[in-house]
Amino acid sequence: MYNFDFVRPATVDEALAALADEDAQPLSGGQTLIPTMKQRLNAPSALVSLLGIEALKGVKTSDGTIEIGAATTHADVAAQATGYPALAALAGGIGDPAVRNRGTIGGSLANNDPAACYPAAVLASGATVVTSGREIAADDFFDGMFTTALEQGEIITAVKFPVPQAAAYMKFEQPASRFALCGVFVAKYAEGVRVAVTGASEDGVFRWSEAEAALSATFSASALEGLSLSAEGMMTDLHGTAEYRAHLVKVLTGRAVASAS
Amino acid sequence: MPKDGIGASIKRREDPRFLTGRGRYTDDINLNGQAHVHFLRADVAHAVLNGIDTSAAAAMPGVLRIFTAADFSGVGGLPCGWQVTDRHGQPMQEPKHPIMAEGKIRHVGEILAAVVAESVEQARDAAEAIEVDYDELPAVIDMKAACAEGAVKVHDDLTSNLCYDWGFVEENKAAVDEAFASAAHVTTLELVNNRLVANPMEPRVAIGDYALHDDSSTLYTTSQNPHVIRLLMGAFVLGIPEHKLRVVAPDVGGGFGTKIFHYAEEAFCTFAAKQLRRPVKWTSTRSEAFISDAHGRDHVTKIELALDSEHNFIALRTDTYANMGAYLSTFAPSVPTWLHGTLMAGNYRTPLIYVNVKAVFTNTVPVDAYRGAGRPEATFQLERVVDKAARELALDPAELRRQNFIRKDQFPYATPVAVEYDTGDYEATLDKALAMSDYAGFDARRQESEARGKLRGIGLSHYIEACGIAPSNLVGQLGARAGLYESATVRVNATGGIVVMTGSHSHGQGHETSFPQVIAEMIGIAPDQVEIVHGDTANTPMGMGTYGSRSIAVGGSAMVRATEKIIAKAKKIAAHLMEAAEADIELKDGAFTVAGTDKSVAWGDVTLAAYVPHNYPLDEIEPGLEETAFYDPANFTYPSGCYICEVEVDPDTGRVEVQSFTAADDFGNVINPMIVAGQVHGGVGQGIGQALLENCVYDGDGQLLSASYMDYAMPRARDLPMIAVDHSCCTPCTHNPLGVKGCGEAGAIGSPPALVNAVVDALHRAGKEVSHIDMPLSPARVWAAMNG
Repeated sequence: MYNFDFVRPATVDEALAALADEDAQPLSGGQTLIPTMKQRLNAPSALVSLLGIEALKGVKTSDGTIEIGAATTHADVAAQATGYPALAALAGGIGDPAVRNRGTIGGSLANNDPAACYPAAVLASGATVVTSGREIAADDFFDGMFTTALEQGEIITAVKFPVPQAAAYMKFEQPASRFALCGVFVAKYAEGVRVAVTGASEDGVFRWSEAEAALSATFSASALEGLSLSAEGMMTDLHGTAEYRAHLVKVLTGRAVASAS
Repeated sequence: MPKDGIGASIKRREDPRFLTGRGRYTDDINLNGQAHVHFLRADVAHAVLNGIDTSAAAAMPGVLRIFTAADFSGVGGLPCGWQVTDRHGQPMQEPKHPIMAEGKIRHVGEILAAVVAESVEQARDAAEAIEVDYDELPAVIDMKAACAEGAVKVHDDLTSNLCYDWGFVEENKAAVDEAFASAAHVTTLELVNNRLVANPMEPRVAIGDYALHDDSSTLYTTSQNPHVIRLLMGAFVLGIPEHKLRVVAPDVGGGFGTKIFHYAEEAFCTFAAKQLRRPVKWTSTRSEAFISDAHGRDHVTKIELALDSEHNFIALRTDTYANMGAYLSTFAPSVPTWLHGTLMAGNYRTPLIYVNVKAVFTNTVPVDAYRGAGRPEATFQLERVVDKAARELALDPAELRRQNFIRKDQFPYATPVAVEYDTGDYEATLDKALAMSDYAGFDARRQESEARGKLRGIGLSHYIEACGIAPSNLVGQLGARAGLYESATVRVNATGGIVVMTGSHSHGQGHETSFPQVIAEMIGIAPDQVEIVHGDTANTPMGMGTYGSRSIAVGGSAMVRATEKIIAKAKKIAAHLMEAAEADIELKDGAFTVAGTDKSVAWGDVTLAAYVPHNYPLDEIEPGLEETAFYDPANFTYPSGCYICEVEVDPDTGRVEVQSFTAADDFGNVINPMIVAGQVHGGVGQGIGQALLENCVYDGDGQLLSASYMDYAMPRARDLPMIAVDHSCCTPCTHNPLGVKGCGEAGAIGSPPALVNAVVDALHRAGKEVSHIDMPLSPARVWAAMNG
């Protein structure tokens, strides 16, 4: 790790001021940033910790919406997002207890790891990502592997999830990292069903529109019969080929529908 | 028998300190004035090294000195401890193994330079300022490609990348080929024994220290065998006589073979400490461990089994490529040869066997012994091909094995691959495992799985082990450049307590608990009256350390021999004290008695007399009560056993879940059954890790793709089922005093074929024509095999 400055502001405004230096980076739970710094792959001039900002923490439920502060840990989401059981279950299945008690939803979304769990929930829920300057619809937020609509100096402050009628997340773990080799989040709303897939595509999280159409007509795993997802654009690595991942997407979508509640 | 002697499952006395953070590992040692080294390692696999410019780095803050290969011109290379002779009678090709890359880079991770600085971070900062001038060469990674005509050579001064072409038993080759020509059935299988990274919980650490006042050096290191390191490093690398060199291996957090070997970092720290007149410390990061610890396994094999029309095995033929990596690690050449070829008979009467092994240099990290070392490779291919034969012939795999077993009335049994099994009862362990696993009731469980949409399979393997490599004069003929005895000094103190200084080394095996149980049994005192000292060449007799499941069989035997000398002398003292004939003295429950009388003296009275010899036969024996024994076994020991694994396969994803695992082992006599069960659990865990999860993968350029836990899958608790163990089938070893065989590696040897057999069985029962899947049986591989 190289030397860096460390600041821990108490408000969002102070954080934004500290982030004005373009070599400064916001630090939330640090579950990705700190390891890359330890490997000397990342060398920010300063880390601006967001964990001292109380306004960024907590789970609020109102009128069919759950709003989660960006600096809320996975463990807290798992324990407190009881109004959205599929989301709470997803948070409770990330990493291990050490990761869940440090990692945050805002950090995960800003990093947009192509195998992370949260992007699938946000995209499938049609959630709104609230930032220091604006609100971004989930469909506009994710922009390919490790890339988002966030601009330099902009930080996520909260995520607003409309609570679906039924939902489930199915993760098939990569054997070594236990990240998602493939993860599918299915959410059923009055307006229709949304299906988001993480871990599989070279472009990061994506919606499987054919499955959404079929499931919007009939919300049953059998509705997926006859559908297939092309392997084109899927990732191939030590742990699975593109074909295998494309196959898993369908299997996991069916399982998610079958267990949605 | 005391309740805490041989056969008692007393709790491990070392665990409280390990579990409460009071262990003293090498990294816990910090010496006054200590400096730190960071090694600059190659990030390409193969290159001509033109030069290294350290001038900018040397001026960086905190830097004490930067070393390159040029600093080691008067120093030897790392020695190889075993010379294999090839099938044409020629010695293996043995390239120099320098401490730092000389002229060429040969694998990712090879040391190019070493920066010694006041802090680790300063050393690392400076290392980034070193300029390395090199011209990259094509890398040689695939073993068969490395053996092809015109292949790029890893070592320019060798004739090829072939280290040796070994045939065993060469004289049998023609007869084996003839038997195949006349066989009623031949089963052929091509398979890979996947390359592994040992991953002990504690990474390697080395601290070199130099004492100016007496010109002596000390190395603190994470080693399984400090005396071996002292001999190799002192005599062959640095030229330090043994009386001026002390090697200390304190608490060591797991070895699994990879801490047997002498590594460049150990020699460097010892060398640099003398140069700088300051202690020099290195602690491996986990990332470094992946590219600098010797790897394990990495065999590619074709095996053929010939059967007659009655399903008797009539011949076995194997053709193996074994990866040596870029250099020969300490015992690398012995693993695919004498620790592998000699085990190819397994538990069977196969009369004709021919094993061919081509050991190959590649641009990868050196490969050497890993838990089992050659024996898992032998067992895997044999137990897979026997299973395949049973399937091809529509026979019960258990019954085909039973038919071909060496029968219990045939021991001692000389195999066609040069070893003689002293004892065994393979049907007993087979029957025990079949009963424990409810083999007969499998179909009901399969139907229950099927009702849940899962494919269930059952697989078994029956392994033979060879522990306690010996005797020294034999292994010397086979090319070992070391003796393979063990030593113990038993020091009885005046008040009766005992310190045993053993050449064995405990790095998880529980010697501090089980060794005292043996002495407690022999003398009749409590085990807590006995302390075990190990790991320091300054206060233990020359010993060969711990590997190959040798500690109790060889080290324990040395301790028994020394204790027998103690008892013999103590009886003379007791006879004197009781004015009786020595022949009439009996030792029982910690007291000496005179047969047929009520005379008695306590153990402590005799030990006190030995050191306060007022009333003592000084004209017959010396005062004191301390004896040393060196034990050189007459033969290997041969544990064996039957492992049965039951799995469920998810047909939609290919995911394998181990449902149950049964291990019925014959370890001979058992000192502490709880510790033995733990050894089996650990071994099975590592075997399941190899079979399901672990895989070390290089790309064509020699970059290690599985270089961290993000991609190298270690087994976790939830990957393992409850493991049912049994050691009641006991045929004691006939040639050591305890009748023990050793248990450390069995689990890792017997479990991979049982698991793979179970998965193949599950797929067959579901109508999938899959004859083999290479390990690890990841979901993606199993799914691909089902849908191939």
